[in-house]
Amino acid sequence: MSKWAYAFGATGLGLILWSTVVWATGVPHFILPSPWRVAQAGWDSSSLIGVNALVTATEVVTGLVVGAVLGVISAIQLANSDRLYRLVMPLLIFTQAVPVFALAPILTLWFGYGMASKVVMAVLIIYFPVTSAFYDGLTRVPRDIVDMARAMNGTRWQIMRRIKIPHALPSLGTGLKLAAVYAPIGAVIGEWVGASKGLGYLMLLANGRAKTDLMFASLITLAAMTICLYVLVDKVATRLRPD
Amino acid sequence: MTDAPALHVNGHHDMAGRQLFAPLDLTLPAGQWTCVLGRSGVGKSTLLRLIAGLTCAGDFNGQIEASDSAPLAGRISFMAQSDLLLPWLSVFENVVLGARLRGDTPDKDLAHDLLQRVGLAAFRDMKPAALSGGMRQRAALARTLMEDRPVALLDEPFSALDASTRADMQELSAQMLQGKTVLIVTHDPAEALRLGHQIVVLTAAGATLWPPLDTPPVRDQYAPETIADQAALLSHLRGAP
Repeated sequence: MSKWAYAFGATGLGLILWSTVVWATGVPHFILPSPWRVAQAGWDSSSLIGVNALVTATEVVTGLVVGAVLGVISAIQLANSDRLYRLVMPLLIFTQAVPVFALAPILTLWFGYGMASKVVMAVLIIYFPVTSAFYDGLTRVPRDIVDMARAMNGTRWQIMRRIKIPHALPSLGTGLKLAAVYAPIGAVIGEWVGASKGLGYLMLLANGRAKTDLMFASLITLAAMTICLYVLVDKVATRLRPD
Repeated sequence: MTDAPALHVNGHHDMAGRQLFAPLDLTLPAGQWTCVLGRSGVGKSTLLRLIAGLTCAGDFNGQIEASDSAPLAGRISFMAQSDLLLPWLSVFENVVLGARLRGDTPDKDLAHDLLQRVGLAAFRDMKPAALSGGMRQRAALARTLMEDRPVALLDEPFSALDASTRADMQELSAQMLQGKTVLIVTHDPAEALRLGHQIVVLTAAGATLWPPLDTPPVRDQYAPETIADQAALLSHLRGAP
């Protein structure tokens, strides 16, 4: 059976379980709507969800690209200089120790209620995993290979370009896959704190008006977007494997 | 290619507060093979790395000089136990790696000629994963020769190969590295006796020379005198500290 068949099977199983809980407990639909009711709300509000999904998708993809580029550049610089690594790494770990939720209001204050603050949130949340994963790959090239390259009088940049970076591409792929899952979290947190567009904003709005079915429809759209992004990044990551 | 110089190593190496090997005074004759034998951990690979100018744990106190007094940097090629072929490059790209790492334009004709000489011309566009262990080591030899350096340092280059492939590779290497000053680290007395113009036994007490047979390398490993000398050398190694 293909992995797609397993994915559809698991989704079907989840829907059956969800329907059974709703039917068996008789829970009110504003607490937990049935899958059917959620699908109907999604269909009825498809244009509203679509417009807001596009906003969130733009924030996520922009954040992912900017965060990945910054992460790659940082990892190369850190791998090139032990001194820089010792100086910068504690700062990076400190930034990870601060919860993103705590930063969201101040970022909104600095970057406004528009797209910029959400992109910055997404960048902040993915920068570390990409940097860390790629740095690990760059510094784990077998010593014999680096020795051979040095004995060949390879320049520092050529050794980085022709040996270390290709060797570290699978690690970068792992970091990017994590980033694909984390980036939407950053964007949605930003939308919750202050926004007038996006799926996070729509979820808050629907929740406030007890439109739980619309909230679930938005949530499922966000999850579907994240899965699509993950699959796409996974395909890119597989292509990054040099052998 | 410049003429191969003799190398002179004089000094001792300390690691973690103890002497890895005692003061040694060793000359690697110009254009000849010197085989270094010794127990694991006695510092054979450290000696090789020191000559190559690579970083080593511990401190070396002494001098490593070439007979022509010119610096050794840029005149050494290096071949390790594993082939160190980069899996994402083709055989040809691996052979010309040195030039690419220096930012130079590789001599493609020379690379093709070398691949032909090691019998890999038909495999030039294949990835290393598609090659057998012996073929990979031949590709590594072509890469080493492509550097065209007068000094070659070989760290147990044939130890991972099966017996017949190892014998083939020993002959091919001896033929293709002719005229270069070669230092080969090995655990195998038979290999040392087969290839070495000079055989060095490294112990914690220093380096001693084992007299090679009168015949020139590559020697017949099944000749009675080779087998007898091999037994004597093994016995000497087992008795060494």
